[in-house]
Amino acid sequence: MTKFVKGNEAVIIGALYAGCDVYFGYPITPASEIAHAAAKWFPAVGRDFLQAECETASINMVYGAAAAGGLAMTATSGPGMSLMQEGISYMAGAELPGVIVNIMRAGPGLGNVYPEQGDYSQSVKGGGHGNYSCVVLAPASVQEMCDMTMRAFELSFKHMTPAIMLADGLLGQMMETLTLPDRERPKPDTSAWALHGTAATRQNLITSIYLDAATQEEHNLRLQAKYAGMRDDARHEAYLCGDADLVLVAYGISSRIARSAADILRAEGAKVGVFRPLTLSPFPEKALCGALDGRKSLVVELSAGQFREDVIFRMASACGHCVIPALCNRMGGVIVTVNEVLEQARALLRR
Amino acid sequence: MTLKKTVGMYESFIRSGRATRSTHYCAGCGHGIIHKLIAEAMHELGLQDRAIIIGPIGCSVFGYYYWDCANLSAAHGRAPAAGTAVNRLRRDAALALYQGDGDLGAIGFNHTFQAASRGEHMAVFFINNATYGMTGGQMAPTTLIGDRTMTTPYGRDPLTDGYPLHVCEVLNQLKAPVYIERVSVADTPRIMRARRAVRKAFEIQRDGKGYAFIEFLSPCPTTLSCDAVQAARFCIDRMEPEFPLGCLRDNSAAAVSRAPRKKSVSVDEFFKRSDSGQAPTAEVDRGFAERHIKFAGFGGQGVLSLGICVAEAARLERRFTTWFPTYGPEQRGGAAACSVIISGAQIGSPVVDSPHVLVCMNQPSYERFAATVRSGGTIIVDSTVQLDVKAPDGVNVFRMPAIDLSLKFGCPKSANTGMLAALARLGVTGLSEEHLLAALDSSFRRKPELMETNRMLFREAQIWMDKQKECSKERLKT
Ligand SMILES: Cc1ncc(C[n+]2csc(CCOP(=O)(O)OP(=O)(O)O)c2C)c(N)n1
Repeated sequence: MTKFVKGNEAVIIGALYAGCDVYFGYPITPASEIAHAAAKWFPAVGRDFLQAECETASINMVYGAAAAGGLAMTATSGPGMSLMQEGISYMAGAELPGVIVNIMRAGPGLGNVYPEQGDYSQSVKGGGHGNYSCVVLAPASVQEMCDMTMRAFELSFKHMTPAIMLADGLLGQMMETLTLPDRERPKPDTSAWALHGTAATRQNLITSIYLDAATQEEHNLRLQAKYAGMRDDARHEAYLCGDADLVLVAYGISSRIARSAADILRAEGAKVGVFRPLTLSPFPEKALCGALDGRKSLVVELSAGQFREDVIFRMASACGHCVIPALCNRMGGVIVTVNEVLEQARALLRR
Repeated sequence: MTLKKTVGMYESFIRSGRATRSTHYCAGCGHGIIHKLIAEAMHELGLQDRAIIIGPIGCSVFGYYYWDCANLSAAHGRAPAAGTAVNRLRRDAALALYQGDGDLGAIGFNHTFQAASRGEHMAVFFINNATYGMTGGQMAPTTLIGDRTMTTPYGRDPLTDGYPLHVCEVLNQLKAPVYIERVSVADTPRIMRARRAVRKAFEIQRDGKGYAFIEFLSPCPTTLSCDAVQAARFCIDRMEPEFPLGCLRDNSAAAVSRAPRKKSVSVDEFFKRSDSGQAPTAEVDRGFAERHIKFAGFGGQGVLSLGICVAEAARLERRFTTWFPTYGPEQRGGAAACSVIISGAQIGSPVVDSPHVLVCMNQPSYERFAATVRSGGTIIVDSTVQLDVKAPDGVNVFRMPAIDLSLKFGCPKSANTGMLAALARLGVTGLSEEHLLAALDSSFRRKPELMETNRMLFREAQIWMDKQKECSKERLKT
C-alpha cells in the first residue's frame, strides 16, 4: 500500500508500525504535523497521544513511559530540542529507550522556521550533561522518515539508549510517495527491567544515581563499552563513489542536493559520487575512509561546518588520514542550491 | 522490648550499599516517618505489587532503598511528567509521587500544576520542610518570611524573595483533583491523621479514581540547627499558622473509577480502511525529461492543493514526484508557494530554484518568480495579473482568466482548477489530461458535491483556451 504524505506524517506511520504505544509532544513549526498526525492516528488504533505542557515535560514523559516498559516518542525542533537535553541525558544514564525526532530549523535562539542542520553537534556529540551517546539516524526521504523511525525504535531497544532522528524542516514538510510497512513489529519483552505495576516487576528499580565515584565510573565504563559495541549498526550509502575523482559528503536533505549535483556532473562526464551516512551515531567512519581515500572531497551542509568538522575528525580517528574537505554550506534557513554545489565542484575538479 | 516490624519496607536496606536497618535520614527528620506511613498503607491495602513510586531529587532521592515496590527516580521536579506517562501505560498500577518543596514547588511546579489539572491518576506526597535539605539549607518556596537560610542570610524578605507558596491552596483552584489535604508529622496525634490521609490517597489509586494530593509539614532539624523536639515545635508553632492543617477537598466518595480502554482496530486495518485506492509504484524511465514546476499565489487561492493535484497525477502516471511548500508564518494569509518535481528517476533535491513551468495566481508572485523561469519555459498567469515585469527571453507567457471563470461558476475557491486545465491543454507537465483529471476528481473525494462543478469548470476553461487558439489562427490567416 502506498500513500502520498508529508515527511512529518510518515514519522507517525513508522511509529505506529513500530508498535509505539504513546506520543508526547509540544507544538513547534516545522515539526507540528507530527503531533497533528499522532493526535489523529494514535487514538484511532488504541494508542495514547498527549500534548505536554512543554518539551521538558515531553521528554520526561518519554522517560516515564520507557520506565513503564512502553515504546514512546516525541518530536520537536531547535528550541524544544534544547529543552529536552536534560531528559535525554537522564534516559542515557538510566539506560532507557525512546525516540526523539528533531525537525531542525534555523537558529541560534528563536531563529526562524526554515530548514537548517545546525543541531548536528548537539545530537551527535552529546548535548546534555555527562558522557553518553545516543543512536542518531539521518533520513533523506519521506520513505526514510517512516523506515528510520522504525529502525530508531529497534536500535534504541537494542542498545538501551535514546535514539534521535535528525531531520529538518524540508524533509518534514515535503511530500513523496510512501510505501507502508508490511506489518506491525512485535513488542519487545521489558519485564526484566521495566516497571509494569505487577508482582513480576515489583523488584525493578530505574535510576541514574551512583553516589560512589568508583561505582559511577564503572557505570560510565560500561556505557562506553556499550557505545563502542554500536559500531556494527553504522550504515551509509555510497552513490557512484567507486571511480569518483570527487566525493560529495552530506547527510539528510543536503545529500539530495549533492545527488542532484552529482547526476548533472556525471552527465557532463565528470566522475563525481556522493557519500552519505545513514547513521550519524554510530558513524560509518571506516566506510567514509574507504570512499574518500585519495580523492577530492566537498562537504555539503546546512550549518556552519559542524558536519565537516566531524568528517575531518572521523577520518583522522578511523584511519589516521588528515583530510580537509572543501565546504559548500548555507545557514539561516537558506537552502544550498544545486548550482552552488556545481560551481564549487567544478572548481575543485579543475584543480 | 521488641520493635514492631515495619511493613511495606525491605527487611534490610541493601540497596544503600550496606546491609543496614537504619535509614540515611538525620535524627528527627520527617522523611523517615512519612516513608513508613507510605509503606504501611501500600502493604495494608495489598498494593505492593501494583505500586510504582516515583522519587524526586532531594534528600529522599533514595526512597528506593526502603520501599518494597517498583521504584523510579525522576529528574529534579519532573516526577509528574514521568508519572503522567506511567499512568497512560500502566492503567492498573497504583502510582505515587514523592517530592520535596524545591522539587515540586519550585523547579517542577508547572508539571505538578498541569498534572493536577489533567487529573492524572496519582497520589502525590509533597514534603514541605521549608528548606532545600539536600543541597545544604537554601531558601525553598515554602520558607517562612524572615527566616534565615543559606540564600536568605538576612532573612526571607517578601519584597525580594516573595511569599511562602501555598501549594494546596493553589491546586484547590483546579477542577480535576479528587482529594487535597495538608497534614503534619510533628507529633503522634498529627501522625495518626497523616496516616489516614496516606491511606485514602492510596485507596483512590487502588480504585482508579484520580488525583490525590497530600502536603506534609515535616521537620528538618539539620537545616534549622536544632534538635528533633525543637524542629517539631517549629512545624507546629511557626509553620502551621502559615500553612493551616486540614482537608481542602475530598470528592473520593463521589468520584467514579476510570473506564477500561476501548477495543480498537489494528494499525494494518486502520490504514487499509483509509486507503483511497492504489497509485501504481513509480517506474524508471530515463527518456522522460524531468519537469520542475512552481505554483505561487495568495494563501487561500489553492496553490498548494493545485501542486498536490499535479503530483498526484504524476503518481498515477508512474512518475517519481516530490511536493514541497513554503511554510511557516507566511502560510497564513500571506504568500503561498510550492514546488513540484516530476521525474522518470529518483529525485535529488526537491527544491525548485529555476522552474520549467511557473503558475502564478497573483501579482506579487509573478513579480517575485517570473525572472527565475528557465529559457524555453512557460509562465501561466491569471488574467488579473499586470505583466509590468518582463519575463525572461524565450519564456512563453500565457494569461488565463482562472479567477474570472471561477466567479462565473460561483465557486471562487476553484480558480486553481482553471489553472490545472491550462497546464493540461498546454501539455507542459509531461502528464496526460486523463491523469490530471483523475487527480482532480480524487482531490474532491471527500466533497463529491464539488467534483462535478470542478469538472465542468475544467472543461469550460479548455473550451476558452481552444477558442483563443482559433482566434489567433484566424488572426494569422488574415
Ligand atoms: C536541574 C537541577 N538543579 C539543581 C539540582 C540540585 N538539587 C538537588 S536537590 C535540590 C533541592 C532539594 O530540596 P527539596 O526538593 O525541598 O527536598 P529536600 O532535600 O529538602 O527533601 C536541588 C536544588 C538538581 N539536582 N537538578
